[in-house]
Amino acid sequence: MSPAVPTQLGAKDQVARLLTLVPFLHARGEVRLDEAAAALDVPADQLVKDLKVLLMCGLPGGYPGDLIDVDLDALEGPEADGVIRVSNADYLARPLRLNPTEATAIIVALRALRNGAKDETREIVDRALAKLEAAAAEGTAAPRIDPGDAGADADLALLAAKLQDAADRRHQVLLSYYVPSRDEESERRVDPRGIVTAHGFAYLDAWCHSAEAPRLFRLDRIDRAEVLDDPIETEPEAPRDLGDGLFTTATDTTPATIRLDPAARWVIEYYPVEAVRPQPDGSLEVDLLIAEERWLTRLLMRLAPHARVVAPPAYAEAFRESVQETLSLYV
Amino acid sequence: MTVVRKTERLLNLLIMLLVQRHFVSKDRIRAILYPGSSTDAFEKMFERDKEELRSLGVPIEVGQIDPFFEDEPGYRIRPDEFALPEINLEADEAAVIGLATKVWEHARLAEATTEAVRKLKALGVAVDVSALDIVQPRLTADEPSFDVFWEATQERVPVEFDYVRSGQHTVSTRHLQPWGVVRYSGRWYVVGYDTDRQDERVFRLSRVQGEARKAGEPASYDVPAGTDVRSVAKRLAPAPSTERVVLLVRTDAGHALRRNADEVETGVSGPDERTGWDRLVLTRGGLGMVDELLGYGADVYVVEPAKVQQAVVDRLSAAVGSGS
Repeated sequence: MSPAVPTQLGAKDQVARLLTLVPFLHARGEVRLDEAAAALDVPADQLVKDLKVLLMCGLPGGYPGDLIDVDLDALEGPEADGVIRVSNADYLARPLRLNPTEATAIIVALRALRNGAKDETREIVDRALAKLEAAAAEGTAAPRIDPGDAGADADLALLAAKLQDAADRRHQVLLSYYVPSRDEESERRVDPRGIVTAHGFAYLDAWCHSAEAPRLFRLDRIDRAEVLDDPIETEPEAPRDLGDGLFTTATDTTPATIRLDPAARWVIEYYPVEAVRPQPDGSLEVDLLIAEERWLTRLLMRLAPHARVVAPPAYAEAFRESVQETLSLYV
Repeated sequence: MTVVRKTERLLNLLIMLLVQRHFVSKDRIRAILYPGSSTDAFEKMFERDKEELRSLGVPIEVGQIDPFFEDEPGYRIRPDEFALPEINLEADEAAVIGLATKVWEHARLAEATTEAVRKLKALGVAVDVSALDIVQPRLTADEPSFDVFWEATQERVPVEFDYVRSGQHTVSTRHLQPWGVVRYSGRWYVVGYDTDRQDERVFRLSRVQGEARKAGEPASYDVPAGTDVRSVAKRLAPAPSTERVVLLVRTDAGHALRRNADEVETGVSGPDERTGWDRLVLTRGGLGMVDELLGYGADVYVVEPAKVQQAVVDRLSAAVGSGS
C-alpha cells in the first residue's frame, strides 16, 4: 500500500480484504500463504500485515478467548511452515454479499460473453447467471444495462479448456478444421499436446493423423472438437514453444514478384516479404515466397485492381483467369 | 490514527453488530470501542465508521432497542443480509465466471468484477483461470459520461447534460431520468424519460459534451414496469450501418460465409452449371465486405445489395484493364 493513500481509504480497503480472506481460509481449512496470495491477488507481505490486524479483533469484551486467533509462528520465524491458520472467527465464515456495482458488473460481463456465443456456451453462461442473479444484492440494475455482443471469445476459451483437458488426459480429438487459404473444411483425428499462443492467436499443438506430422490448429478455425474415448497413439510430448519461428520458411516455395498500388501497401506489413522496391509512380514491387498458388490468387483478388503479378507468368495467368471467370458470372 | 488501529475499530464494530441478536445501544458501542473519546469526537468517528462500512456493502440496520422509548436508537447487522448466500457452481460455470473478469476494458468495472469473483472464491468456489490468456477484453466504455449514466441508472437519479444531436452543431442542455444503458453497434446509448420533452428518448453517450451531472436524489423516479431498454434503443436510435446481403455460393465453397449466414438455401440455380449453388443471406456491415467477397473469386456471386454487386464488377473490370 502506498503511503500516499489516505488513512480512511487504507483502513476500508484492509477491512474489505479481511472480509474476503477469513471466509476464503474458512472454506479451505489450511491454505499456504503463497497460494492464498495468488488466489486473492494480494501480495504475500500485505496478507501477513492484514492477518496481524486480525489478531486484535474479535467479540466485544476483550477477553483473550474472545479474539480471533492467527498462528503467526507458522508464517514468520524459524518454525514457519508457510501455512495460514486462523481460528475463532466462525462469525466471518461467509463473504460479504456482492454490492450493487459488483453484481451489475459481473452480470453484465457474463451477458456480454453470452451474446454472440455458440449455443453450448450460452447454456453454460445461463446456468452461471441464474445462480449469480439469485445471490446478488437487491437493487442491481443489471437488467437495464445491456452490453450487446462482445464477441465470441467465450467459445474460444471454453474450447481451449476442453482441448487442454483432453491433452492432459491423453485422449484423441476429432477436429473439424477450416483452412481459409483453400476455403476448405476438413476432419482431422489428432493427438493433442496442448494450447499455445503466439502473435495474438491461440493454437492447438497436436499430432495430426491425416498429415502424419505435428500441426498447429488455430482455435478460431476449429468448428467442432469432439474428445474421443480413444487414447493418443503417439508419444506424449509437451507443446512447442512458439516464442519465434512459428512460420518457418516452407521448403517447397516459389519466388514471386508482385506490384502493389498505394491502396494495397498494407500487405507488406501483414505478410513476410523478401524484398520491397518502391517505384517512381508510388507503387511497390514486392518479392514474396509463395507456398501455394491459390493463396496468392486469393490475396490478389481481394486487392483487385490494386495488385498484379510481375513474375512468374504462371501466377499472372492464374490471377487473370480468376478475374475473367468471376467477371463472366456477371456479364 | 494509523491504518491498523482504524481497521481494528471498523472490524470490531462490524463483529459486534453482527454477533448480537438484538440492537446494540450507542452507549454500549461507545463504551467498548471508543473509550475515552469526547461526545463530539465519538459522534463524528461513529458516523464516519458506519458510513465506511455501509459503503463496503455492510447492511447496518438502525432500530429502537425498546419500543416504548423511541429516543434510544440501536444498531445491528443481520447475518442473512450480510453474507453472500451459498452458491454451488459446476466446473464449467466457474470457468465462464473466471472469463467474466476479462471482459471489461474499463478500470472500475473490471475491478468490481474481480472483487465479485474474489468473494465467490471466498465461498469455496474454485474459479478456473487456465484459459484466461486467450480472452481479450472487448467491452470498452471510453465515453467520459459512461460512469455517471451507469451510476444514475443504478441509483435512479436524474441526470443533466449538454448534448449535440447528430448532424447539428448547437449544444442544448437536456434533462433525463435514465432507465438503462445499452451498447448497440459498438456504441453506448442511454435510454430514459426526457423531462423537458416529456417523452422517452435515446442519447448516444459519445455526443454528450463535457461532464454529465447528477441532478437529484437517489430513487427519485420509477422505471416503467416491463421496460426493455434494448428494444427502446432499437426503436429510437438511428439504424446501424448493416445491411442484408444475398449471395450465391458454390456447393462446398465459402465455409466462412456459411458459418455466419442467417439463412442457407441449398440447391438453387446459379450463374453457371459447372457446380451446384446455394443461396446465403447474411447481415453485414459495409466495411471490407467487397474485399472479402472478391477473395472468393468465382465461387461467390453477389445478388444484392446492387451497389455491392456493382463494386465487385467495377473492381474486376479495372483489374482486366490494368493488365492482370
